[in-house]
Amino acid sequence: MSKNNGEYLIIRNDNKYEVIIGLEVHAQVLSESKLFSTSSTKFGSEPNTQVSLVDAAFPGMLPVINEHCIKQAVKTGIGLKAKINKRSIFDRKNYFYADLPQGYQISQYKNPIVGEGSVILDMPNGEKNIGIERLHLEQDAGKSIHDIDPQNTLVDLNRSGVALMEIVSKPDLRSLDEVNAYIKKLRSIMRYLGTCDGNMQEGSLRADVNVSVRKKGDKKLGTRCEIKNVNSIKFMQMAIDFEANRQVDLIEEGGSIDQETRLFDTKKNETRSMRSKEDAHDYRYFPDPDLLPLELNDNFIDQIKKDIPELPDEKKKRFIEKFKLSPYEANILVSDIEISKYFEEVSKNSDVKLATNWITGELFALLNEKNIEITESPISSKNLSKLINLIKDGTISGKIAKSVFEIMRDGDKDPITIVDEKGLKQQSDPKELENLINKVIAENPKNVEAYKSGKDKLFGFFVGQVMKNSNGKANPKLVNEILKKKLN
Amino acid sequence: MSNITDLKLVELVDKIKKKELSSTEVTIAFIERSKKSKKLNAYISENYESAIKKAKIFDQKPDFKKKLPGIPIAVKDLFCTKNIKTTAGSKILENFIPTYESTVTQNILDEGGIIIGKLNCDEFAMGSSNETSYFGNVQNPVSENLVPGGSSGGSSSALAAKLTPATIGTDTGGSIRQPASFTGTVGLKPTYGSCSRYGIVAFASSLDQAGPMTHDVKDCSLMFEIMSTYDTKDSTSVDFKRENYFTNLNENIKGKKIGIPKEYRVDGMPKEIDELWEKGIKIIKENGGQIIEISLPNTNYALPTYYIVAPAEASSNLARYDGVKYGFRSKGENLIDMYEKTRSEGFGDEVKRRIMIGTYVLSSGYYDAYYLKAQKVRRLIKNDFDEAYKKVDAILTPSTPSSAFKIGEKLNDPVSMYLNDIFTVPINLAGLPAISIPAGHDKKGYPLGLQVIGKAFDEQSILNIAFALEKNISFKNNITDWWIK
Amino acid sequence: MTIDLKTVKHISKLSRISIDDNKAKKLGKDLNSIFSFIEKLNELDTKNTEPLTSIAETTLKLRKDEIKSENIREDILKNSPDKNKDFFVVPKVVE
Ligand SMILES: [Mg+2]
Ligand SMILES: [Zn+2]
Repeated sequence: MSKNNGEYLIIRNDNKYEVIIGLEVHAQVLSESKLFSTSSTKFGSEPNTQVSLVDAAFPGMLPVINEHCIKQAVKTGIGLKAKINKRSIFDRKNYFYADLPQGYQISQYKNPIVGEGSVILDMPNGEKNIGIERLHLEQDAGKSIHDIDPQNTLVDLNRSGVALMEIVSKPDLRSLDEVNAYIKKLRSIMRYLGTCDGNMQEGSLRADVNVSVRKKGDKKLGTRCEIKNVNSIKFMQMAIDFEANRQVDLIEEGGSIDQETRLFDTKKNETRSMRSKEDAHDYRYFPDPDLLPLELNDNFIDQIKKDIPELPDEKKKRFIEKFKLSPYEANILVSDIEISKYFEEVSKNSDVKLATNWITGELFALLNEKNIEITESPISSKNLSKLINLIKDGTISGKIAKSVFEIMRDGDKDPITIVDEKGLKQQSDPKELENLINKVIAENPKNVEAYKSGKDKLFGFFVGQVMKNSNGKANPKLVNEILKKKLN
Repeated sequence: MSNITDLKLVELVDKIKKKELSSTEVTIAFIERSKKSKKLNAYISENYESAIKKAKIFDQKPDFKKKLPGIPIAVKDLFCTKNIKTTAGSKILENFIPTYESTVTQNILDEGGIIIGKLNCDEFAMGSSNETSYFGNVQNPVSENLVPGGSSGGSSSALAAKLTPATIGTDTGGSIRQPASFTGTVGLKPTYGSCSRYGIVAFASSLDQAGPMTHDVKDCSLMFEIMSTYDTKDSTSVDFKRENYFTNLNENIKGKKIGIPKEYRVDGMPKEIDELWEKGIKIIKENGGQIIEISLPNTNYALPTYYIVAPAEASSNLARYDGVKYGFRSKGENLIDMYEKTRSEGFGDEVKRRIMIGTYVLSSGYYDAYYLKAQKVRRLIKNDFDEAYKKVDAILTPSTPSSAFKIGEKLNDPVSMYLNDIFTVPINLAGLPAISIPAGHDKKGYPLGLQVIGKAFDEQSILNIAFALEKNISFKNNITDWWIK
Repeated sequence: MTIDLKTVKHISKLSRISIDDNKAKKLGKDLNSIFSFIEKLNELDTKNTEPLTSIAETTLKLRKDEIKSENIREDILKNSPDKNKDFFVVPKVVE
């Protein structure tokens, strides 16, 4: 397998195969209540406590659509630079399953709310555009639980009816790294927009992965398999890797690929055919007669456009232009909305260069070590900003700052107070420094003699001695200046 | 004083308001008569004790501002009623007790109505003779072993037999108007979106409408005024200004243009029906109305269209009956086996037949040829009416192509059974309001009905026209109490 | 066109309604007579006709994003033929 130049090829018996990947990402819409009912979407509640008569499909119950979910879908569509369809239709996708109480899922089939768009990925060898085919709204299903009761499957309908955005990419992804970058970018855009929290542990972001392979150079796409409901980037990558190799092996043995739905077994690290889904694979889509076509007017869409915040791509551009950051630095700082917020808060009142270095350096190391998000950072943006200002105005040196940071991490203490209490202030009073220097000169007559006779290297020795005598607090710049005057 | 149960709804309301009768007296009278009428098999569930209790409570503190002050009413068992078993005529819902109330029945309760029971109907409202009910056939009080029509057959039977002073049904392809016609009563199918569908067991969502069934047009206007409300719980409910249909009711039809569609003169239609229609036309003319020949060219395609659209929607609407959340469950070796056995044993033959038709017309490879085609023809049928209403205010037709038939007569011929709805189905497809009123008898002495079809949301006009017809026809339902020993 | 036994069985599978051979034959007969009557629609040219999806003369009303339903687990589970105090219960599903 070679991953050079962003290329992901599988090589067998001198045949090179290209892997083609498309993703159907299911992103849970951030909303208080469900798509067609007024029950809560809160995560982690007791089973079946957030289920209304509509969610459990009682006789005579009817769907009534949540305006906010529509706005969220439109917002996301705008964030994906996509076409917003002013008329869209809700369809029923019919199939039987224990956690699908209606016997159908309300989804959008031929006329989705959002049409074609695109997402830009920053790959090491440059930018890559990934096409978005569509985004549609649909209901989530409930949860079947197989491991509580050995004889039965238990059904929890808390999720039943929660709004999902299904974002379908074009088959433009070509490597595991691109899949990683794509998911992260989608997540980032939706978090900027506040349309999905992107929490993969809680299932807010899952994907069906479509994989096919073809001999390098072929134009025609191979037959694809869809791997259902994979809920982490790592598993997506493992599933793709397994599936692509499976397909190549099959072709090399002279076989052919069946278009089918497969499941990724995370324990065995393999994909396998989902017989139960294949058994009745005819969804009989038709427009839901309980709902009317959804018509959006320009005013509705324009209002949403006004609410669109600066998105990662634009923010990155601004950071580069305004703050003179490198593209690499800008990328890191815009990758997540919370990081970018933190950065902008710090840099608002402090030196941008120092802010960038301290956030991507010390702070990230700290977050990594504690395995926490920036929103949980023990050091507030306000205090980090103060610390940077203490360095900038010469109150403390960079070296002292690091020890102040060490103290701050255990309780977000104001760095000014720390510096005061511990007496860490840099000595910048020329008189005091002169006294210190005089003392060092007086104590080292031999070295003074040697320096004056041409041993320039000894200058460093004097600086070191002064710093040592000041417990590191002497302002190095001033020490340098005064020493030079004294010795020459 | 005449029998309480002989009184019409408006008369009862009047007498209760004048304190000539109490709610308790009225409620007990209808319950006593219902108890003696078990042979009709009109009820699936009785709510007698609770109803009498409610009547007594009403009498203790009567509120005469209500439109149905302490009036007992039995309703079709397709309406979900809180804490009262609701079966939809099916084994699969045999023991289902809703914890909620349909909007339409809630409206009746809010106006002081008291529910005395749930009336028999074709299973999931699929049928034209009440012979598909899991709870057995219903007798038409007109004559023994005669079907009461369907699907609101328990409703029409109970009303005609005076077991309830008024009732409500649902109409997907004629299920209010045809049984009304078969029993000599009045039935109104409102405009789609006029009465909320919330809490009504769904058959075909784009066609279903609830409506009143009563002894006369005046009662009908009162019931309709109560039933029709805008409901945010139903996305297809229409927010328009509803009239005071009862207060506004009048028989003045001077200058009204009434269309007579030539396509409704079908081959083999009994002579009596033709004569009945002529009689209606004559009355319209005599009362200053204008008769205009119109054409509804796609009428013949309505029934095939209906038998694609309705089963398609039904096949999906009935998917929720899977033995998991409520209702009947059969034991299965695994989930799929449980589904298949539950649905095979829980549904009756007609329901299964329609689910299969619906599944087929939606299945891959057939969708365009059937379902999409039917939706297109549905547009053509609606266009026919739109065209006609440029020229006329309302349309007059017979309600059914024949009078009531014997129980069992059409059971083995689904298509001939379906043909019963030939005059009613186009109206559901077009979403329009239509009323059936009794207008005469055939030579066997069975009632026949005339249908007045209106423009969307113009129920007032067809109520008025029906009111004028009713006055001039002076139909008398000669029902003997043959079933009461 | 005719609907053969295999098709009837396939539809019954999709509908999740089990059916034995005798019933399937009878049903096949019924379906064929119903469909031969439905075929009538083919007489019409609908090439340029838009399908009518919704008859309601209104536009889709949008609801505010508010939680109005409380925990009604007891009500939700009450009518279930097989349940425990927290869940609906179905025969074991193996994926
Ligand atoms: Mg998918
Ligand atoms: Zn989906």
